[in-house]
Amino acid sequence: MKDLSVTLSGVKLDNPIIPASGTYGFGQEFLPYYDINILGSLSFKGTTAESRFGNPTPRIAECPGGMLNSVGLQNPGVDHVIAHELPELRKVFHKPIVANISGFSIEEYVNCVSKLTKEEQVEILEVNISCPNVHGGGMAFGTSPEAAASVTRAVKEVATKPVYIKLSPNVTDIVSIAKACEDAGADGLSLINTLLGMRIDLNRRKPILANVMGGYSGPGIFPVAVRMVYQVTGAVKIPVIGMGGISTARDVIEMMMAGAKAVQVGAANLVNPYACKEIIEQLSIEMEKLHIDRLSDIQRV
Amino acid sequence: MLYRLVENTQLTATVWRMKLEGDTSAIKAPGQFVQLTVPGFYLRRPISICDWDDTTITLVYKVVGQGTETMSAMKTGMELDVLNGLGNGFDTSRCGDKPLLIGGGVGLPPMIGLCRQLLAEGKHPTVLAGFNTESEVFLRDAVEAMGAPFVLATMDGSAGVKGLVTDAMADLDFTDVCACGPLPMLKAIMNATDKPAQLSFEERMGCGFGACMGCTVKVKGSYKRICKDGPVLDREEVIW
Repeated sequence: MKDLSVTLSGVKLDNPIIPASGTYGFGQEFLPYYDINILGSLSFKGTTAESRFGNPTPRIAECPGGMLNSVGLQNPGVDHVIAHELPELRKVFHKPIVANISGFSIEEYVNCVSKLTKEEQVEILEVNISCPNVHGGGMAFGTSPEAAASVTRAVKEVATKPVYIKLSPNVTDIVSIAKACEDAGADGLSLINTLLGMRIDLNRRKPILANVMGGYSGPGIFPVAVRMVYQVTGAVKIPVIGMGGISTARDVIEMMMAGAKAVQVGAANLVNPYACKEIIEQLSIEMEKLHIDRLSDIQRV
Repeated sequence: MLYRLVENTQLTATVWRMKLEGDTSAIKAPGQFVQLTVPGFYLRRPISICDWDDTTITLVYKVVGQGTETMSAMKTGMELDVLNGLGNGFDTSRCGDKPLLIGGGVGLPPMIGLCRQLLAEGKHPTVLAGFNTESEVFLRDAVEAMGAPFVLATMDGSAGVKGLVTDAMADLDFTDVCACGPLPMLKAIMNATDKPAQLSFEERMGCGFGACMGCTVKVKGSYKRICKDGPVLDREEVIW
């Protein structure tokens, strides 16, 4: 019997597989495909203080090895999430929940964290300072060490659960930002968010996305994610959740060998609704081949 | 789920018909769609279901880009990974006795399954199809084989009524409308009639099953995901 369990800041997960925010809604869309209680955890759709429609369509473009999205944090707002989405999720999901939080000001992050930290079953607060699809916020907090540190300090004041800061890869030096978050009191880090990209429709001679640019995700960004997780885990002591293009059980093992304590699966859920289920089932088989008994033994090569 | 490709036939210069064999139990209503994995492409391709029976799905699709180009070259016998029965589809219980089913170009295919369903319910549908020119016409035989009236409009007048589908509508007696086609056509139909209407919309999609929020549009009073809450919307909720 293989041991797939991992622990994040004292939160024990049966396995390291967490669907990534924005690719799994609040779990409901996957119920027709499998019992979502097989997951280690679930990071729900990025939530802001007020409801947001997001960006105009088209919001999706294809590229080799992945896709671009410019959804722009569409969500019903934190109060609606607490009143409706979370109760519905708790009915069908009985594992720890990662609350993903976005904002356009430090006050907004604090507002959302102070509400979601009180929610039963929410065990980790994942603070997204790296959304590339919104202006005047999101990624603006994730591209300078000072801004990242000030968000971290402010949310730590009100958080009663571990705070994980979700970092952007669209920076010159991700290590300096990771360290700034650690110094400011972050309990952990999530990385990477999507890479800023763009596609052009040759027939229309116009950008495919209405918002012109969008976030690139999918297997094409996996090597970038592995590199950044390796760099960051070499420089900080706090745990890192690794993500970016993970599509197979072997990717999970590779990401953990790079230093991640757990992983998130994103775009893969969108092209194959069974992705997380298949990865979890395959993990023990790959561990057997690689002579790994406990997944938590392989972190950081 | 895996399906076996049993037919892939060219119908016009750009339109093909594909038949897939497999489990069709997930299909609940005409106007639903499938998400098809095309080898070499990351995202699945959403294609409306033209018609289905207990073991076969018929898709009629237009080659518009590299993905559909690849689909048109697929050989019978190969296995395809398909997510089936996606979206809401048309609600035939809300149709009157004489529904007018309007398909513009490649918006016509879902009207076949809808027409069959309505006939089975004892209703009297008429199919109205709009094309640019006679050589683009497809699926006429499928409608006529069911015994339903097929009214044709072509822009150049090479077949049927000359002009738009709305030019052909004036002479038709109908209780309500079900339509699928380009946005300007749907708008023109709404200007031409006040009768109840169910309209099928198209949007670039990510997942196709409601998870990614890639295809959300504003409707009156809320937002809807075209893939999950649509693709069929009631005329009363659409913001034009």
